[in-house]
Amino acid sequence: MASSFSIKHQPGFTAIAATCFIVLYLPIVVLVVYAFNAATSTSEWGGFSLKWFQSAWQNTQVIDATLRSFQIGAIAATLATIAATMAALATTRTAAYPGLTFKYAAINQPLMVPEIVTGVALLIFFSRVKIFTGYSGLGYLIAAHTAFCIPFAYLPIRARLENMDLTLERAAADLYATPWRTFRRITLPLLWPGILAGLMLAFVISLDDVVITEFVKSGGQDTLPTYMLGQIRRGITPEINAISTVFLLLSVAIVTLFFLISRKRD
Amino acid sequence: MGYCVPEQSGRNAIEVRGVRKVFGSGESQVAALDTVSVPIRENEFFTLLGPSGCGKTTLLRLIAGFDFPSAGEILLYGDDIAPLPPFKRPVNTVFQSYALFPHMTVAQNIGFGLEMLGKPKAEIKARVDAMLKLVKMEALAGRRTSQISGGQQQRVALARALAPQPKVLLLDEPLSALDYKLRKEMQIELKRLQHETGITFIFVTHDQEEALTMSDRIAVMSSGKILQVGSPWDIYDKPAERFVADFIGETNFLTAAITGMGNGKARATLKSGATIDATVAEGFQPKDNATVVVRPEHAKLTKGKGDLTGTVENVVYFGTDTHIHVQLDSGEAFTVRQQNTRSAGCGFERGDKVGISIGNDAAQVLRD
Amino acid sequence: MASAEEVAKAAERRDVRDRWLLSAPALLIILFAATGPLLIVLVYSFLTPGSYGDVRWQFSPEAWVSVFMERDIFDDTLSIAAAHVTIFWRSIKLAIVTTIATLALGFPTAYFMATRSEKTRDLWLFLITIPFWTNLLIRTFAVLQIIRNEGIVNAILLKLGIVSAPIQILYTDTAILIGMAYVYLPLMVLPIYASMEKLDFRLVEAGYDLYATRFKVLRRIIFPLVKPGVIAGSILVFIPALGAYVTPSVLGGGKNMMLSNLIELQFGQGRNWPLGSALSIAVMVIVMVALLAYVRNAGRSEVRHG
Repeated sequence: MASSFSIKHQPGFTAIAATCFIVLYLPIVVLVVYAFNAATSTSEWGGFSLKWFQSAWQNTQVIDATLRSFQIGAIAATLATIAATMAALATTRTAAYPGLTFKYAAINQPLMVPEIVTGVALLIFFSRVKIFTGYSGLGYLIAAHTAFCIPFAYLPIRARLENMDLTLERAAADLYATPWRTFRRITLPLLWPGILAGLMLAFVISLDDVVITEFVKSGGQDTLPTYMLGQIRRGITPEINAISTVFLLLSVAIVTLFFLISRKRD
Repeated sequence: MGYCVPEQSGRNAIEVRGVRKVFGSGESQVAALDTVSVPIRENEFFTLLGPSGCGKTTLLRLIAGFDFPSAGEILLYGDDIAPLPPFKRPVNTVFQSYALFPHMTVAQNIGFGLEMLGKPKAEIKARVDAMLKLVKMEALAGRRTSQISGGQQQRVALARALAPQPKVLLLDEPLSALDYKLRKEMQIELKRLQHETGITFIFVTHDQEEALTMSDRIAVMSSGKILQVGSPWDIYDKPAERFVADFIGETNFLTAAITGMGNGKARATLKSGATIDATVAEGFQPKDNATVVVRPEHAKLTKGKGDLTGTVENVVYFGTDTHIHVQLDSGEAFTVRQQNTRSAGCGFERGDKVGISIGNDAAQVLRD
Repeated sequence: MASAEEVAKAAERRDVRDRWLLSAPALLIILFAATGPLLIVLVYSFLTPGSYGDVRWQFSPEAWVSVFMERDIFDDTLSIAAAHVTIFWRSIKLAIVTTIATLALGFPTAYFMATRSEKTRDLWLFLITIPFWTNLLIRTFAVLQIIRNEGIVNAILLKLGIVSAPIQILYTDTAILIGMAYVYLPLMVLPIYASMEKLDFRLVEAGYDLYATRFKVLRRIIFPLVKPGVIAGSILVFIPALGAYVTPSVLGGGKNMMLSNLIELQFGQGRNWPLGSALSIAVMVIVMVALLAYVRNAGRSEVRHG
């Protein structure tokens, strides 16, 4: 046997992994490159140009949809994170109590159902509510986004809480801190990275949603993804590539931030 | 529990009265503490000693307020504190893991309790400085707790718990995470701090050596009960029960018939036929076959005859002393510990026929 | 004064109550905008379709009958609805094949990542996380541009002379499969990696020490130990793949319908909300069955490797 027998080696695995990483990034790279294409069609390369970024910037529909996406994302992510933080505090670091399993199931329920089903359900429900109340604003989209963002925001917050040393809070109580002060001075500061991670995750999830938004939105309530879906169905121009590139950059920025926060040890 | 009546010198800081703690419910109920009563005196260094799961940490947590007893009272200078939450008890804890707040500096950690008590800033500052000085950590006041060593963290934890001047300080195996040398240093340091502050220390440990060297009094616990309370000397030389004798140090157990009692002593006839005088554990009820314990260093090995006779089974060299394991003619096993000298070996070999003589004040009759 | 035990009991009751109050907002939002509406879907599936969409409040099992059956317009006889069966079968088949494909690619990738050094591991994790966080529509769109007739794949094949005319991948089942495997791959890799990272490689050493070959170590030691991650990954891929909407819409071109497109149709041109509801419930039932299988399997493997 060779002198350098590596116990971690498995034949072919590295090649498959390399292929995976290349395949994951190749389409994204192509997409970005064609965003800078001067040609009108995405079939040929017509030289470097920023004109599609410019045209997207001047497209009021795009700007409208982007702003709407951010507005919904910001509100839904904030609400979801607050609700998820409270829920995480209520469901971690305790002996099992009646209703705990129910809470886990309820909080994770949006993850268990295919989006199309939730979309349809909300379409039916909200169409009734719309008739009943006469209100047809962004509230429905915000409510829907908040609901499916909760389980995502809940994940990192719960993980952080579960890794947190309970004796720290006990020590604070021992040093005369009331429960509320213990929460403010010990629990919350230590939980903060988890909350931030949850907020970002929720924001990205909201920003990415196509299916549920597609079913819930009223006329003129396109978000950036539903606007793009409409455009792609109609035929593609490099403008979509330009929008995608900007969107991609935003995602990378948020993931990087998320990574730095969640990797940070106390 | 008549056997642990203490001589009342000074007041009791803590008095545990008939405390039970039951975990779980129904059939899976476990009594972590089974009706424990013990007074702890003001200014003493009191140790709860026992193996893991004996209930010593449970008792400490009940005194600290992290748990509530299922029955019984815990008096702090006469007031029942058992129903109070931890932040309303003038009692502070040094945690096994130290539990230093990672997002605060050393000084902020030490000042936390005073801040929560609403003390003025100037007072907090002065007190924190005094505490830093007391534990010799002045230079590291501004450091994060993650940037200091284990021994330093230990000192900060002590300073933090002492800063609010608690009536009682609880220490939950605080030295277990330190290496041997540091542990020895901290043992001395702890004694010094207790002496300087005059605060009652309740110390939890499973390390019998630590308990013997540091404590004024020790309570030996097993299976949720306190078996014996006494000075280190009492606990070592006059164990009341088999568990105590076995848990602390090494011991020889001999079966004997008690043939006479008087003057606090018993006459015990061993299986070999020899009769020796022995002190008697409190609460001993006369019975036919009692157990007598003799520490290995309190017996002497001879080439000739003794109180016991047997054959050397094994000789084990330990540096400072040598252990000689003897198979007695009565069938029991017996170990003798002999101090080593430089010039010669121990003088015995495997297979030697030997006698063992038991000193005048070497034996104790156990209660059980 | 209350005894310590009464105080403790009261504190416990207060704790449980506080915990319900704390979780109330999350539970109410989810009840209002996720779980509750699902119950309405169930109700709708038993109603009669309205003429212009929506429903008439009249009980009818017709929607459930038409999930798999067709009523002849002339003589009212029932026959198997071939179109629906085909779509169900295609969706399930594509979801299963996607799961297998992502597992075949994802397992070695996760293994590769987990066997890197402590420092570089984070980098690989980062690289797999970026696509995971990138908009699914954008990633689908990126695949579309690659596999088009004018796309880079066909361009390369033409240039190399492997094919003489571009192969039509787009708007086929293959396109949907490629797209789904592409977008869901990170969902497979991440949970497997999470289990793999915890794997104690001394066990692998012990396996080799006891004469196991590389393949046997993989099959008898590594795989059983990371099985929970594999099952979690498979579920995470299977559920969204079964209900996938974006990928078939963009890459299937509307010709090759999947369940989601069929459901959407009932709420659009089909104007048959009860049927759409019944189909949605059917999708959910399939998902539930898969989830139950997962829970039972996970429970069992935990006992075994406990």
